[in-house]
Amino acid sequence: MRAALRAFGELSITAGVIILLFCAYLLWGTGAYTDRQQTVLREQLLKEFAAKEPAKLTRIRLGGAMALLRIPRFGDDYRYAVVEGVGFEELRMGPGHYPGSAMPGKIGNFVLSGHRTTYAAPFSRLDELRRGDDIVVDAREARYTYRVTGKRVVEPTEVGVIAPVPGKPGSKPTDALITLSTCHPEYSAAQRLIVFGELDRSEDRRR
Amino acid sequence: MYGWIWRLLPGGLATKVFIAAVLAGLAAAVLWYVVFPWLEPRVPLDHTTVD
Repeated sequence: MRAALRAFGELSITAGVIILLFCAYLLWGTGAYTDRQQTVLREQLLKEFAAKEPAKLTRIRLGGAMALLRIPRFGDDYRYAVVEGVGFEELRMGPGHYPGSAMPGKIGNFVLSGHRTTYAAPFSRLDELRRGDDIVVDAREARYTYRVTGKRVVEPTEVGVIAPVPGKPGSKPTDALITLSTCHPEYSAAQRLIVFGELDRSEDRRR
Repeated sequence: MYGWIWRLLPGGLATKVFIAAVLAGLAAAVLWYVVFPWLEPRVPLDHTTVD
């Protein structure tokens, strides 16, 4: 009896330690992977920005870097290479662009998704954004600065928020918008936090 | 369980402590680099997209 109880206790403690280690892995272990990928992706982007002939937009492939995202409210160091695609593999590398949603600066909705707690948590502080904050997107041809217009918490099934005109699927867009999505509340995936913005200004890169 | 392992370890106290630490480190490394990367996508903890 005593031996059985001791074995049970030891197993329980072991399970607890393993679960704690798994939490540590989620918070820090997954971030190391993203940091390595981001270094490569940012170099790739900077090289393309420096090239005289900007690459054709159609050349963007799943998992490839497509723009550089900066959010001044999160500090000067905050810069993430945005990858094309929002599958598991792509979001491990950084914030992802929904394939089929608008390209940066174009009429329609430029939709991004990013992790809130794992994989370097690029969108961990999305809830701190206020109306009027800048979201800067460096694309190959120009720098686009979006302004935050609002945010909402929605159910994971509410796909209308990523429509070309958010909330009005099917209607024809007339403005260049941006939508950022991440999970909510933090450390959960019960809902989604959505931040909306609209294009404020754009500066051509080829001057 | 741990008492049984401890008794199986050879040598004096210092050797036992050293081997135990190496074993624990190995177990942690296998979890961190093999088990957790496999397990992580299966835990619906940080899903960010709407679909």
